[in-house]
Amino acid sequence: MKFKLKIWRQKNAKTKGQFETYNIENVSPDTSFLEMLDILNDKLIKEGKAPVSFDHDCREGICGMCSLYINGRAHGPDDEVTTCQLHMRKFKDGDTITVEPWRSAAFPVIKDLVVDRYAFDKILQAGGFISVNTGGVPDGNTIPVSKENADESMDAAACIGCGACVATCKNGSAMLFVAARVSSLAKLPQGKIEGAKRAKAMVAKMDELGFGGCTNTQACEAECPKAISISHIARLNREFLCAKIQE
Amino acid sequence: MSNIFCSTIGKKLIMSISGLFLVTFLLLHLSLNLTALVSKEAYKTVCDFMDTNIFIQIMVPVLALGFAVHILYSIIITLRNMKARPIGYSVSNRTEASSWASKNMFVLGAIVLCFLALHLSHFWAKMQLQHFIGGHGKEAYSLLIELFKNWYYCVLYIVWVIALYFHISHGFWSAFQTIGANNSKWIPRLQCAAKIYAIIVSLGFISIPVYFFFGLYTV
Ligand code: HEM
Ligand code: FES
Repeated sequence: MKFKLKIWRQKNAKTKGQFETYNIENVSPDTSFLEMLDILNDKLIKEGKAPVSFDHDCREGICGMCSLYINGRAHGPDDEVTTCQLHMRKFKDGDTITVEPWRSAAFPVIKDLVVDRYAFDKILQAGGFISVNTGGVPDGNTIPVSKENADESMDAAACIGCGACVATCKNGSAMLFVAARVSSLAKLPQGKIEGAKRAKAMVAKMDELGFGGCTNTQACEAECPKAISISHIARLNREFLCAKIQE
Repeated sequence: MSNIFCSTIGKKLIMSISGLFLVTFLLLHLSLNLTALVSKEAYKTVCDFMDTNIFIQIMVPVLALGFAVHILYSIIITLRNMKARPIGYSVSNRTEASSWASKNMFVLGAIVLCFLALHLSHFWAKMQLQHFIGGHGKEAYSLLIELFKNWYYCVLYIVWVIALYFHISHGFWSAFQTIGANNSKWIPRLQCAAKIYAIIVSLGFISIPVYFFFGLYTV
């Protein structure tokens, strides 16, 4: 397969970036998107040019490190996958593919396609944890958790913190991310104790870092590689508002 | 409670509660309007009721406040949300995921507001306001006949109601999501209820200009 790639190039956080066009040929349909970028970078290095910087780590859809806004969609045209799990067979031969970094005030571009997602870590540091001592691995079923609660919690815990929700939301809102973290803990007995404090702290941090608010457009849910439901956002709203009213 | 309204969620709570208040008001407004389709006398009775009932007198400024709060916070929220995405994408392809209305709430609200000003000057200023300031209110039924004679006024009115349709077809369920009264079972149910509510209200309002334009009334 061959493609025309329009890729965002930006030297560093301070310089203005621009799109550069590259042609790439002889790409197998079974190449992953990131492997395709590796091939391009090999070529660029051989030509003595600067390779394209992009984030990646596990390349198996579990770490949340890869990003990229491909042809107008976070993680590209496939549903419920990360960019590392996206394959070139999802494109047509000869396609022009536009690759942009995540765009959000809270995620500044560092270089080329790499953005600073430290804001997510700051939100987690504000309250995305439990402070009880959990001790060693307990015997199964010593702490009773109903099937529904366990399922809800696990669904929310599937969040890999990639930031596709922020990238996709027209308001650059981190509500789905925060909701997933609050929800996964709120549904378990270990997390319930600090529930009110957590919701308040994480929302306050999210607001402080310049993320937008939620207008319930549902774009995040559709682009989330783990298909996390906006019902968790309803729970976050509930947890936060109750916590504030009881203050 | 202290700084609840400083947070993005707290601000949306205000949008949601004021929005639901307006949603309730619309239903009342519509049911009063529909009496015009029954008879001239029925319409006159409700108009007199609206002019004299003490509860209504209290609710008029409350309603104005509800609108003011809703509009003020819509501006605050929309500006903040625009600031969170200072640089846009050169290619954007995420339309299928979210409803058109949900992405254009401010524009739809602004359209509703523009026509609202016109609407108030044409009806309210000549009816209830006159009563409040001790002037002579116009005979309401003939006002309807007179205004809806013009095809362009009918078209404007219908465009207005269509904008309102889109605004509440998203706003209705969105408001429940905002207060947290939602879950995976209720999201589709409330979205369906929002559509039904929006269809009933908009068809109801549209029936008035249609009825008068085509002269279906008897004087
Ligand atoms: C009778 C008229 C109106 C009704 C029934 C109404 C109703 C609603 C409802 C129920 C919501 C949902 C709140 C939420 O998502 O929590 C909403 C949102 C909104 N309304 Fe209105 N509204 C009306 C007029 C207006 C006007 C005049 C404006 C002004 C420009 C406006 C601007 C907005 C905006 C921008 C939102 C979205 C806020 C957000 O999602 O963050 N609305 N409206
Ligand atoms: S590189 Fe780990 S999820 Fe894509």
